[in-house]
Amino acid sequence: MKIRTLIRHVCEGARYVWRNGWMSFASISAMAVSMLVLGVFVIVALNVNALTQNIENEIKIKVYLDIAYPRAQVPMVQNQIGSIPGVKRITFVSKEEELEQTRLRWGEEGKKLLQSQKKDPNPFPDAFVIEVYEPRQVDDVAARILELNDTNTPKPIWKLNYGADTVRKLFAMIDVVRYIGIGLIAALTIMSVFLIANTIKLTITARRSEIAIMKLVGATHTFIRWPFFIEGSLIGMIGALIPVLILSILYDRLLLYAETEIGFLREVLLPAHESMSVIALFLLVLGQLIGLWGSVISIRKFLRV
Amino acid sequence: MIELQDVYKTYPDGGVALRGVHVRIERHEFVYLVGPSGAGKSTMLRLIYREDRPTQGTIFVNNFNLAKLGMRKIPFLRRSIGVIFQDFKLLPKRTAYENVAFAMEVVEAPSKTIRKRTMEVLDLVKLADRSHAFPSQLSGGEQQRVAIARAIVNKPLVVVADEPTGNLDPETSWDIMRLLEEINFRGTTVIMATHNKDIVNTLRKRVIAIERGIIVRDEPRGEYGYED
Repeated sequence: MKIRTLIRHVCEGARYVWRNGWMSFASISAMAVSMLVLGVFVIVALNVNALTQNIENEIKIKVYLDIAYPRAQVPMVQNQIGSIPGVKRITFVSKEEELEQTRLRWGEEGKKLLQSQKKDPNPFPDAFVIEVYEPRQVDDVAARILELNDTNTPKPIWKLNYGADTVRKLFAMIDVVRYIGIGLIAALTIMSVFLIANTIKLTITARRSEIAIMKLVGATHTFIRWPFFIEGSLIGMIGALIPVLILSILYDRLLLYAETEIGFLREVLLPAHESMSVIALFLLVLGQLIGLWGSVISIRKFLRV
Repeated sequence: MIELQDVYKTYPDGGVALRGVHVRIERHEFVYLVGPSGAGKSTMLRLIYREDRPTQGTIFVNNFNLAKLGMRKIPFLRRSIGVIFQDFKLLPKRTAYENVAFAMEVVEAPSKTIRKRTMEVLDLVKLADRSHAFPSQLSGGEQQRVAIARAIVNKPLVVVADEPTGNLDPETSWDIMRLLEEINFRGTTVIMATHNKDIVNTLRKRVIAIERGIIVRDEPRGEYGYED
């Protein structure tokens, strides 16, 4: 294609958007509205996802060593646990530290209670805090740690705690939330695609005679298609830009509100640049694809002689 | 040169439009296609500019064999034919100038050539001063002149006109006829389907009469021959 022709197509496509005023308006509005709804859902889903990831990353295994286990052998056990696949970090918490931490946690009231425990016997055992790479492997890692009791004498591990049941329930819940999120987004995406493609189809149907005349004066199919591509892509772009702008303003407001009014939300919500860049990219690409696809399928029908 | 050999056209609903049409039209000819409504005149024209395909038979137009013409080649056939309709078929959202220039943009002519040639043909149809008017701002005769300008702007070998004066008053019709004759005089073949008795009987040309899909008469300098 000649450059001159390409420029002509771009100008012509832009002119179509302008000249078909109401139809373009209808397409862009349909697009903007469905993309706005979609965008809200994506924002919610992104935040829920980030939240669940945070929760998952909070999961740690606490391994309590047998109170009688000799201190000298602790580094060896630490090494053994550290070499279990999936273990990300292992921290030793001595019984003294544990006592200190508990005292701090309990504050004034606990002070008295624990005063008597200042010296031995310290009721706390030594412990390890273990973080894993993949929260969902926590069960496996825990089992491997317990196996150390079979290979070592004396048995180093008294017990181990990671809230197995709670964790399993939490994972199940997180999964449900994620699947619902993905399902909703997929459904909304498909809905928007059909709604928008249909509107674009209407705008092209309205120009059926125009296409007929183009063919009559000897326009090739490629020549006829291009301005419609440009138009579809422009409509897609404008239709996506509007909700992106609205969403970023709203999200900014929400963050501001969260900061001043509901303290805890601030910790939970994703920063604006993180969520909005995802949304903007998602909506703009989707908008382009829908715009192009809409014009491709609808024009194909009219090009058959 | 246009040649139809043993052409049949049956529509999917079973209606038969043409049955065994055999006709040859040489370059520079001016031909009237006459006959009652529904006789097959428009079908014949549509076959020539390949809007439709014959059920049977061969058609040659400007050295294109229409039976073997692939979809991708159709635009190139159309560029060698100018088509004019009763209802003008102008693009409503484009000015007279743009409507004419459009036919040249389609063939990717250089913009300079487009400007020059478009004004040239608008001048020929005497609409140079109305070039920025939209079709809705033009009279029927003016609109048809724009359509004619569009049809000839790419210097086609053949102009096909389907009742070009059908929507116009007698005086305007004569303007259009003078234009078509001028175009023919400059070397373009003109095939015109018409119901206008006055024109056919006054401006004597070759007359081909079709009735129920069959050519019943083909006379050089013929008469209209019907009473409507």
